[in-house]
Amino acid sequence: MVKITVDGKVFEVDPNNNLLQEILSQQEDLPYFCWHPAMGSVGSCRQCAIIEYANDEDQRGRQVMACMTSPREGGRYSIAAAAKFRAQAIESIMTKHPHDCPVCEEGGECHLQDMTVMSGHTYRRYDGKKVTHTNQYLGPFIGHEMNRCITCYRCVRYYKDYAGGKDFGPQASHNHTYFGRFQEGPLESEFSGNLVEVCPTGVFTDKVFSKHYSRKWDLQTAPSVCAACGVGCNITPGERYGTLRRVVNRFNHEVNGYFICDKGRFGTGYVNSDERIRVAMTRTTRDANPVLTDPAAAKAQLLSLKGKAIGIGSPRASLESNYALRELVGAENFYAGVSDVEFGLLNQVLDIYQNRPVNIANIKDIEDSDAVLILGEDLTNTAARLALAVRQSAKNLAKELAEQAKFPAWHDAAIRQLAMGRKSPVYILAGHATRLDDIAKKVHIASAQDSARIGFAVAHALDASAPAVSGLSEAEQALVDSIAADLKAAKRPLIISGTSSLEPALLNAAANIATALFDGDKKANLALTVPEANSLGLALLMQGSSNTLGKALSSGKKTAIVLENDLYRRAPSAQVDAFIESLDYLAVLDSLQHPTGEAANLVLPAATFAESSGTFVNYEGRAQYFYSVFKPVAPILASCKWLTEGKKTQEITAQIAALLPNGEVLNKLTPGPDFTVAGMRVPRQQHRYSGRTAMRAHINVHEPKQEQDEDGILAYSMEGVPALKDSTVFNTPWAPGWNSNQALFKFETAVGGPLKQATVGEHLIVANASSKSWYAADVQQVSGAGYRVVPLYHLFGSEELTARSEAIQAKATSAYVALNPADAEKLGLGVTDGVQVQHNGSVPVLLRDSILPGSVGISVGLKGLNFQNMSATVELNKANDWQTPKDWRSSNIIVSDKRDI
Amino acid sequence: MSNIIASTAPKARQLTPEEIHEIEHEKKHYPYAQAVGLEALKIVQKYQGWVSDESLLAVAEYLDIPPDELEGVATFFNLIYRRPVGKNVILFCDSVACWMLGCDSLKEHITKRLGIDYGQTTEDNLFTLIPVPCLGDCDRAPTMMVGNQHYRNLTPEKIDEIIAEYRAKG
Ligand code: SF4
Ligand code: SF4
Ligand code: FES
Ligand code: FES
Repeated sequence: MVKITVDGKVFEVDPNNNLLQEILSQQEDLPYFCWHPAMGSVGSCRQCAIIEYANDEDQRGRQVMACMTSPREGGRYSIAAAAKFRAQAIESIMTKHPHDCPVCEEGGECHLQDMTVMSGHTYRRYDGKKVTHTNQYLGPFIGHEMNRCITCYRCVRYYKDYAGGKDFGPQASHNHTYFGRFQEGPLESEFSGNLVEVCPTGVFTDKVFSKHYSRKWDLQTAPSVCAACGVGCNITPGERYGTLRRVVNRFNHEVNGYFICDKGRFGTGYVNSDERIRVAMTRTTRDANPVLTDPAAAKAQLLSLKGKAIGIGSPRASLESNYALRELVGAENFYAGVSDVEFGLLNQVLDIYQNRPVNIANIKDIEDSDAVLILGEDLTNTAARLALAVRQSAKNLAKELAEQAKFPAWHDAAIRQLAMGRKSPVYILAGHATRLDDIAKKVHIASAQDSARIGFAVAHALDASAPAVSGLSEAEQALVDSIAADLKAAKRPLIISGTSSLEPALLNAAANIATALFDGDKKANLALTVPEANSLGLALLMQGSSNTLGKALSSGKKTAIVLENDLYRRAPSAQVDAFIESLDYLAVLDSLQHPTGEAANLVLPAATFAESSGTFVNYEGRAQYFYSVFKPVAPILASCKWLTEGKKTQEITAQIAALLPNGEVLNKLTPGPDFTVAGMRVPRQQHRYSGRTAMRAHINVHEPKQEQDEDGILAYSMEGVPALKDSTVFNTPWAPGWNSNQALFKFETAVGGPLKQATVGEHLIVANASSKSWYAADVQQVSGAGYRVVPLYHLFGSEELTARSEAIQAKATSAYVALNPADAEKLGLGVTDGVQVQHNGSVPVLLRDSILPGSVGISVGLKGLNFQNMSATVELNKANDWQTPKDWRSSNIIVSDKRDI
Repeated sequence: MSNIIASTAPKARQLTPEEIHEIEHEKKHYPYAQAVGLEALKIVQKYQGWVSDESLLAVAEYLDIPPDELEGVATFFNLIYRRPVGKNVILFCDSVACWMLGCDSLKEHITKRLGIDYGQTTEDNLFTLIPVPCLGDCDRAPTMMVGNQHYRNLTPEKIDEIIAEYRAKG
């Protein structure tokens, strides 16, 4: 640390950071545009100018850009003395910027507005003509309004340099610089939505939000957690007039930092969907039409099933809802709502985390890794945010080179020049080419079983006491040696695997490698992805239980309650059909209609994540509490409320806390139902929230009582002390003078560091194993007639709920199989032909070079195929009377190895 | 929407053997194929007169650079023409020395004679007028270039002569 003086105030700051960052960390106001906490400095906007004095006598000083200057011991600086320059800089920027704040979606949360006001440039002298640009169509997610650009270059630095996008860039120069694509068309990056938050002006807008736009201050928001995959990114969804309007990132330095993926941002349309279940219904028989039922009677009916029914839980329902069902039916009658294979894999993930000497990697650990091995995961499609983090890890070599060359880590452009494309090693072993291949040192395409064998061999190469594998080819052995050498040389090695390959040996291999790297002191990083928002929560609740779904389906019980689950996505169709047929009574709680619900005798409308509170446990075993953003329209209720009698959500959380080993940490997730600030609950609405009395005037001029939240803590109101700087509950960042999301630094202990008081979640899993033990290097090779099945996941479309959102559908496709061109030829298939898949329907074919001959890629979760009907190998035949389905959009499948002809 | 775009989107053309030969020659001078981007564009322009979308895509494909990146290079430099130009490109200096010696009125003169403004091409496709900042010939300002030929100490009369000369050549 060094001591500096800024306008007479003395600060202790970190000399390894730039001055801008350190000044902001001290909570001082200093304008900036081009610097971004996650992307470092390039010094291009000239907005962060300050005066640096040579010594105590120096009166004039010299102007420097704070973001391009390292603090020096005893340094004396002034922000105030450069005020005039900053105002001029912004005035010159403004000669290009339109006066369209009233019609601009950024208005009210615009960093440019804030900085302009802060710099004191309040009167525009320039009355000449302004540059105008042609905007581009950038796909269903992002709107484009180039006239608002201030050429800070943040978008390019984010999209290309940070997120690895290739289809976007700067064009032209000086006052007609343009940021867009070569030809208009959908942005290809799965992280394009962050442009909306990265751009300090209104150039890139959230198109989904645009369709039913509201100003930031008119949105009711709450701290929430993305429900769309097992990563559990923190988000702030916003509601107005009873509909969910948009999702933005909520900073959590251990889970998602400043960025989320496009599925999380644009995938919540289902909350407002016409396919929502909004009333309680009963059906006398399977095929009868549903009859509207009084909610109270429906609830009584549900609770009367206590002791008679089996319950099937859900990996996408909260811990509280799963627990409530478990309590109602009794633990012995509570079954896993996931496929039997998946249940086994989830238990194995828990076993590894709990009993092996590994460090469960969070996003920071991933970003900081200097050698990565990915075993059998198509990370971009199964845990997108982690893929973005792995991309950053590849840059650590550059940072190391910079350190050797003695220049600072924040010097973004210089570091890239220095590295000239050299990267830290990333190895990818997968069943097909993936979106991260461009940063990989080596991509090895192999079956999950062969990848597992290689994995075991790597472990053995690192530690001879780990079980060995025999029969590796020369090429495989060379790969093993190379991986082992790089992992060994690394200071912070990371192994990533997960459940998506459906191969237990892969998880074991990953565990063995991480164990082998343990030197008795430092544990290696291990991240194992899981499919859904609460997969691990469900697994933890069921640890030690052998109640698989298969057992539930064949239990012979006549009454069942299914929690937020479509069983047809979990087990073979025929098996589910038979199960439902065998039941006398089926009750289903869910938010969207699906085939299981359509066969139920009792259907209860469940709240989505946006209308309910509860806990999700992510891939790390991190429990995170999400608050309801708005009150669901009656009779919709959170499942846990349907399943219990008058219990507050946190009361259920407390019961789970008492049940689970280490469960007491759950009680730390919220400040408790009685929490108030100055005697009031924390408001979900900003103090500038408008139209409170007017918005319902067309129904009744009397203002109704504000909706009540029985769970406490937050209020559906603008009254109360807003979540300001020292909020225990971190909602929407806002600070005086900082209306945009850049206000975040006011809530951080230091830029990029933890938030002052909000929780980052709690680890339910205690990973304190400290001795080495090995999984046997057993690999069960797949045999059987036909093609070996390789599951293909799709960020847009594979997940059940988000797939029901319009914006996601525009980026998705219907089901298909992917084949190696040679196999397609053998089967006599052309690109316009269909394939009849054994035990399943007929679907289009995509030719991909990276699918191994003898294998077939089968899309998971997309409309038209039930992956659960698939065995390890399937027979394929050319389909007769083939007609291409109208939802087949191969252009939405962004893979580098696709053959069009 | 995306389907419509896909169907009208330009496709890479075939590079000619001459173009490929010269690009290959340039490649030897650089550590990465990507670094040859600008030179390759110049080569294509030399043969084709300008860089069409099809040419740009061809170069991008040949050098294995995303077209979006190459477009950044192509549009950064004023003298890479991304639109068709006339047979003779007039590079008219509008920088300080030439401005002091009255290039503004000469520009008016050309515009009147040819009926085109900056960035435009005459209907007979003979001339395109483009401003450049300083041709490095300040001591003989005002100046301009037509094709590879420098013209110095310009006057309205001299300009008329030059135009007539090129018109005669056709
Ligand atoms: S589009 Fe936005 S982020 Fe990109 S340069 Fe312009 S103002 Fe900056
Ligand atoms: S990575 Fe997963 S949790 Fe994060 S935003 Fe995307 S879908 Fe949501
Ligand atoms: S933030 Fe320092 S120059 Fe842009
Ligand atoms: S200013 Fe015209 S040639 Fe230099």
